[in-house]
Amino acid sequence: MTKEVAGDRKVLGRFVVNEEQHQVAYAPHKTLLEVLREDLGLTGTKHGCELGECGACAVLVDGVPTLSCLTLGLEAEGRPVTTVEGLACDGRLHPVQAAFADLGGSQCGYCSPGVLVTAKAFLDSHPQPTREEIKEALAGNLCRCTGYMQILSAVERAAEELAQ
Amino acid sequence: MSEPTPNTGHETPVSTPADLNKPAFELIGHPRRRVDGRSKALGQTQFADDLSLPRMLYLRLLRSPYPHARIRSIDTTRAQAAPGVKLVLTGEDLPIPYGILPVSQDEHPLCPDVVRFVGDPVAGVVAASEEEAEAALPLIDVDYEILTTISTPEEALETPEPQIHRYAQEGNVHKLVALEFGDVPEALDGADQVFEDVFFYQGNTHLPMEEHASLANLDPDGKLVIWSSTQTPHYLHKALAKALEYPAHQIRVIACPNGGGFGGKSDPFNHEVVACKAALVLGRPVKVTLTRQEVFYCHRGRHPVLMRFRTGVKQDGSIVGMDLETVLDGGSYGSYGVASTFYTGALQTVTYEIPRYRFRAARCFTNKPPCGPKRGHGTVQPRFGQEIQLDKIAVALGKNPADLRLQQLVKDDSLTANYLTISKIGLEECIQKVVAGSGYRGRWGQLPEGRGVGLACSSYLCGAGLPIYWNKMPHSGVQLRIDRMGAVTAFCGATEIGQGSDDVLASCVAEVLGIDSHDVHVRTGATDITPIDLGSYSSRVTLMMGNAAIEAAERARLTIAAAVAEKLGVPKGRLAFAGRRVFDVADPEQGMDFREAVVLAEAAYGTLGSVGSYTPPRSPARFKGGGVGPSPTYSYSAAVVEVEVDPLTGWIHVPKIWIAHDIGRALNPTLVQGQVEGSVYMGLGEALMEEQTFRRLPPKRSHALVHKIPSLLEYKSPTALDMPEVVTYLVEDPDPRGPFGAKEVGQGPLLPIMPALANAVYDAVGVRVDETPISPEKILQALDQKAKGKPARYGPTSFPTVAWPEPFHVAPPWEGGDGRADDDPKAQRTQASEVRS
Repeated sequence: MTKEVAGDRKVLGRFVVNEEQHQVAYAPHKTLLEVLREDLGLTGTKHGCELGECGACAVLVDGVPTLSCLTLGLEAEGRPVTTVEGLACDGRLHPVQAAFADLGGSQCGYCSPGVLVTAKAFLDSHPQPTREEIKEALAGNLCRCTGYMQILSAVERAAEELAQ
Repeated sequence: MSEPTPNTGHETPVSTPADLNKPAFELIGHPRRRVDGRSKALGQTQFADDLSLPRMLYLRLLRSPYPHARIRSIDTTRAQAAPGVKLVLTGEDLPIPYGILPVSQDEHPLCPDVVRFVGDPVAGVVAASEEEAEAALPLIDVDYEILTTISTPEEALETPEPQIHRYAQEGNVHKLVALEFGDVPEALDGADQVFEDVFFYQGNTHLPMEEHASLANLDPDGKLVIWSSTQTPHYLHKALAKALEYPAHQIRVIACPNGGGFGGKSDPFNHEVVACKAALVLGRPVKVTLTRQEVFYCHRGRHPVLMRFRTGVKQDGSIVGMDLETVLDGGSYGSYGVASTFYTGALQTVTYEIPRYRFRAARCFTNKPPCGPKRGHGTVQPRFGQEIQLDKIAVALGKNPADLRLQQLVKDDSLTANYLTISKIGLEECIQKVVAGSGYRGRWGQLPEGRGVGLACSSYLCGAGLPIYWNKMPHSGVQLRIDRMGAVTAFCGATEIGQGSDDVLASCVAEVLGIDSHDVHVRTGATDITPIDLGSYSSRVTLMMGNAAIEAAERARLTIAAAVAEKLGVPKGRLAFAGRRVFDVADPEQGMDFREAVVLAEAAYGTLGSVGSYTPPRSPARFKGGGVGPSPTYSYSAAVVEVEVDPLTGWIHVPKIWIAHDIGRALNPTLVQGQVEGSVYMGLGEALMEEQTFRRLPPKRSHALVHKIPSLLEYKSPTALDMPEVVTYLVEDPDPRGPFGAKEVGQGPLLPIMPALANAVYDAVGVRVDETPISPEKILQALDQKAKGKPARYGPTSFPTVAWPEPFHVAPPWEGGDGRADDDPKAQRTQASEVRS
C-alpha cells in the first residue's frame, strides 16, 4: 500500500498489559480495545456495542474497571492494564474464574471477560460483599444468557474462596 | 467395528443406570463444570471475530437508505479507485437467490434490482483495512427509484401493489394458512360461554452480545472455508453451495462458538455469502464483522403478531373449542417465516385439552428487517394470548386460574386434535410446584392493591420433527474415535451457542463409557470433519444429538466389552464401565482400566470407531401443514410472577418469580438451571421493555422506515439490578424418547413469563394489558380507562379483515379422523411436504 488514509500515521507507544511491557506502533485514533485486540493479539477482551453500554470490553486500568471501547490507546499508555488473559496465574484459574466455570457463570462466554475483570476488581476492594453490592458492581455488564443468577453465585463463591 | 445395527430412530438404546450395570449415574444428573467452562472463564474461547489470518482483507457492506426502491443503476468506479480497495461486488456478481426455507428462496447476497428495507445490502467493498472499506462505501453511486413503502400488516393487506415479492401468495400477503380440526363453529355455538379477545405481541430482537462475524478463505488446497458465527453450519453450507454455484464438497463451514444466538444466527446471511465470494475472487482471507446497528437491521427476530382468540367453554371452564386467527408482520423476506406462521397455531393444543380447534394465519410482507425465529419461535406470541385469556375466563367463572388449568391438562401418551403426539406431560407437577412455592392459592386475589401474583403455563418442542428440507436422512449424527492411548474424541455437527451442547455430547458419551466428561475431546460444528447435525435451533440438540451420542457410545462399548469379556472370561453382559475402569459387576476386582480395555479391543478388532444417528419418529399428521408442530416429545413449564405496580407512575417492580420446568431428566443440573434462569430473564425483558419498533421519517427525509432504537444504549434489556429473585423447580420424570430421559430446556421456560406477568398486573391493579411490552404508560392508560368507567384495558381493539381461504378440514382423532384432511386428496398422498421446521 502506497496510498495513505488520513489519520493512519502510526505513533509508537508503551503499554503495560498484564504486567508485561509492550512497545506498539499504532494509529493514534485507535481505542484501547483496538490496540489490545488488533495490535497485541489479546482477543479475550470483546466488543458488543461500540458505545460503552454493554461492558463486554471492560479491562482494568490502574486496577479500575474501564470501558476500553471508550478509552483511547493514548490514554492508557504507561498505565497498568489488566485483561482477562491476566487473571489466571501459572495456569491456575483465579478463584472467580474457577467459580464461573463450576457454577455456570459463563454460558456463551462472550460477556465473561468483561464481567470477570470487573468482578475481580470489585472483590479486591470488597472482600465480603452482599448480593446487592455485587449486582450494583456488575450492573454495567450486560449478559443475555444467564439471567445473572449464576454469575452472582459465582462471585459469592469466589469471595468465600478468597477469604480462606 | 461392531456389527452395524439398523438406525432405530427414536428408541433410546440406554436410559437408566441399571442398563449400564451401574447402581447410579456418575455424571448424568450431577451438577458439574461444563466441558468448555475453563476456556470460557479464561476468555480463550475463540469467536469468529477473534480469528485472523495473514494477508487478511476486510469486507464492509453498503446498505440501502430506502425501505423500498428499485435500483436503476450502481456505479462503483470511484469506490474501486479508493485507497486500499481490492474489490467491489454488486448484485450482478451474485445472481443466484437463496433462503433458509425451500419455499422462500427470496434473498440475494447483494440486491440485484430491488431493495426491500433500510439496511438491505447493495454492494460490498473489500479493502486492506476496515477503515478503508468503510471509507469507500459512500463513493458507490446508487440511483434509486423510490417505491411505495408498506409499513404494517394492515397496509400490506390493503395494498396489494407494489408487491414486495412477486411470489407472495396474494398481493403482499406472503402466506395464508387455514386448518380446522372438527367443526369449530358448532362447538362454539354449543358452548356455555364464548370468550373473544384480541392481543398484540410486539416484535423484539435477540440481541446476542456477539455481533455476527465471518472469516472466509480459499484454503491452500483450493477449497473454500468459512468460519462464522452461525447456529446452522449445515444449512449455511447448502446456501453457500447454491448462491456461489460452487461444489458443496469443496466447501467447509466451521461454526465458531456463538457469542449468543437465541435464533438470530440461524439464517444464512448476506455477509457470509459475500465474504466467501470475495475470498474466491481474491484468493485471500476476507473478514467481516457487523456493527451493532447492522445486527439490529439483520434481525430475524420475533414477529409482531396480532391475534384473536375465540374460546368456547362449559360452565365449569372446560374448553369445548378454540378459534385462533393470527396476523404476522414478516418484514421484508421469507426467512423462517412460513414455519413461524404455522407455529403461531401449532402448540395451543399440547397443554390443555381442546376437542375442536381452528387456526387461520396470515404472514404479511412489510418493508422492515426480516423477522424469523427467536427463542420460542412463533409459539411465544399466541401463548401470551392463550394464557391471559385463560386468566380472564377463570376470573369470569369465579375459578382459581390454577384449578382451571389443572382440570383439563393433556394426558400422557395421547394425540391432540391437530395430531401432535404427547409422550409424557409433567405440567401438573410444574403447576403444583409453583403454586405451592409462591403461596398462589392464598395470595391470588388477596394481596393489597398494587401487589399481585400471576400464573401461566407453556410447552415447547424438543426438536422439530421434520428437517428444513425434505430428506430421509438422520437429523443428527455422532462419530467416535477411540485409540490405544485411551483417547476418546466425539465428533458432531452440532453448534455450541452457549447452551452447553458440547457438554451434552461429552457427557452422554462419557456416561456410557464410564469415563469423565472432561476426558472426551469434543469436535463440533465443522462440516469437513463432523457428521451432520441440522443445527442449534428448535431445541433439538440435547434430544437428537444426545440420542445419537448414546447410540455411538453404546456401539463402542459393545466392541470394547467383547474384547474385555474374552480376556477376563466373563459374559459381556456382566461388564460395567465406570470410574474409568471396565470390570465384572459380580467381582469388581476383576477388571482393568479403560485404556487397557481399549488396547485389547484395538488389538482384537483393529482401529476403533463408531457412529450413532437419530431420526425423529414419524408424525401421524398427514395433512398439508402438519409438518410444523410434531416433535419427539414436549417440555412443559409453569411460572408464577409476583409484581408491585405503582398506580401513580405505572412502574412495575418484579420482586420474585417461581418457575417449574418439566425437564424429563437434567443431564447437567447446573446448565439446566442456567437455561431456565436465562429464559426467565429474556422473558422478563420481552414482557417489560424490549421492542423492535420503527419510525417513518417525514417526506423531506425520504419516507424511510428506520429502526427507532438500533443501539444497546436505547434498546433496553434487563441488567443484574433488574433481575428478581428466581426460584427454580426441575421436574424430573424421564421421558423414554429423550437421552437418559431428558427433554429440552433452552426455550420452553421463556414462554410463561410474559403472560404470567400480565396476569399478575391484573391481580395487582385490576387492569389488563393485552400487548407487550407491558410498560408503565400502558398501565397508566388502562388505569385511566378504568377510572372513567371504561373497559380497564390497554391493547388492540380490532382485528383486520382477512380473506381467509376455506380451511383444510381434518377430523380429530376422537371423531374418527386418521390425520388426513377429508377434503384434500393431495394431502392424503403426501405428508405435509410444503414446509418443515
